[in-house]
Amino acid sequence: MDATLRLRVDGTEHTVAVDVRTTLLDALRERVGVTSPKKGCDHGQCGSCTVLLDGRRHLTCLTLAVAHDGAEVVTAEGLGRLAARADSMPGSVAVEQALHPVQRAFLDRDGLQCGYCTPGQICSAVGMLEEAGQGHPSHVTEDLAADVELTDDEIRERMSGNLCRCGAYRGILDAVRDVARPQEPTTEPTTGAGA
Amino acid sequence: MKPFDYVRAESPEEAVALVAGDPGARFLAGGTNLVDHLKLRVATPERLVDVSRLPLDRVEAYDDEHGRGLRIGANVRNSDLAAHPEVRTSYPAVSRALLSGASGQLRHQATTGGNLLQRTRCVYFQDVTTPCNKREPGSGCSAIGGYGRYQAVLGASESCVATHPSDLAVALAALDATVVVLGPEGERRLPLGELHRLPGDQPELDTTLAHGELIIAVELPEQAVAVRSTYLKARDRASYAFALASVAAGLVVEDGVVREVRLAWGGVAHKPWRAARAEAALLGRTLDEETVREAAEQELAAARVAEESAFKVPLVRNLTIHTLLSLAGEDR
Repeated sequence: MDATLRLRVDGTEHTVAVDVRTTLLDALRERVGVTSPKKGCDHGQCGSCTVLLDGRRHLTCLTLAVAHDGAEVVTAEGLGRLAARADSMPGSVAVEQALHPVQRAFLDRDGLQCGYCTPGQICSAVGMLEEAGQGHPSHVTEDLAADVELTDDEIRERMSGNLCRCGAYRGILDAVRDVARPQEPTTEPTTGAGA
Repeated sequence: MKPFDYVRAESPEEAVALVAGDPGARFLAGGTNLVDHLKLRVATPERLVDVSRLPLDRVEAYDDEHGRGLRIGANVRNSDLAAHPEVRTSYPAVSRALLSGASGQLRHQATTGGNLLQRTRCVYFQDVTTPCNKREPGSGCSAIGGYGRYQAVLGASESCVATHPSDLAVALAALDATVVVLGPEGERRLPLGELHRLPGDQPELDTTLAHGELIIAVELPEQAVAVRSTYLKARDRASYAFALASVAAGLVVEDGVVREVRLAWGGVAHKPWRAARAEAALLGRTLDEETVREAAEQELAAARVAEESAFKVPLVRNLTIHTLLSLAGEDR
């Protein structure tokens, strides 16, 4: 059985015809041509296929595309572009090369080795930061009634649905922490030049 | 996946009619379990009736002939339910259970109704190359004598030793939740404890629902014992793994004596295991480690273990001691 559906992916409208058995992951990769969501385990265990679906992080491998006709999908590929478009000219070089703060932090903190899990990690981190901002608790939150503070334990727990076989977790944690808890610029006096 | 038809239901009544009249039809909600089973060919429906857009997504107070409490629509997402202010303060065991299950992504997808109807994670059930009475009645049980770490130790049968995987269901069982079900003849209500069944010689049936009956809501009664409740889960990883054993508990202690107690266990049976015998043994007693140990052991006297599942008996006993003593500490 076939179905025709509309998806808005990274800011662009697409109309695609799919067999109803098609997962959202396969529809994105093979019909829309957006390959940043990766097929890892294909069974909901690794997080590599994570995108933001209608604003929330979502596994596309356990999702039938037909069930999400009309959805807004943002992948790692579109994150920076969409953020930059908000205050710049669409189609400009600056917009096309723009990075989301989480993407910038992954580069700065070496949060990747082979990079296969990275698009999912980044979408998951963006979604997680939004959830924490809304006050959602996690398994390691001690006081369910208190405000959420993104300690390292909180970040680890909230990112636990995304696996990395290279073991880049240290860099990923550092990157997410940079965005979650930006450090004040250092005010320590510098020593004399050439010291 | 085997080919199937897909239809999106426009109302709960239409969804029920579409599935009840078609033995090959199944409801599709968040899909986190069913889509996986379609890929594995554990599930081979001829038609999926999508109920995920039905307007069953509200959490609201109820105060009617059934009492007072919180009514949770079947399509409320696990993440939203866990974060709901009223759930966090008045039913913390529910928040804790949800937050201990799956990952952030999956909790956005999974629904309240679907969570209760997820199927066992027994490795043989999910592997269609092996015999499994639950997947294919009469084919035999590969788990008996096989990999046993996740097996049931209470209420299992010669046909099936699978456990129910839902954390939410265990918390709801402890807090006397009611399930509201829509069928072709209209609504009916049943206690959460009567939703799931023990395997007996029909392990293919997870629940007491008839084909085509749709869970439309879960109701949590307002009660002091729910306010002092929590959920503790033991698993092989710190996060994102199913329970080896878990405990949902609620407690009211007055003058050092147990006035009310609710206790349910997960990971040990084919259904959320309400530990009624242990509850009875604790009522009116002074809460201390020895009392809880004796109560848990009374409940566990019926346990039947295999070599690989024997650890669950002391595990669930010790989890129970820890959980109830922690709750009592908050009471003082």
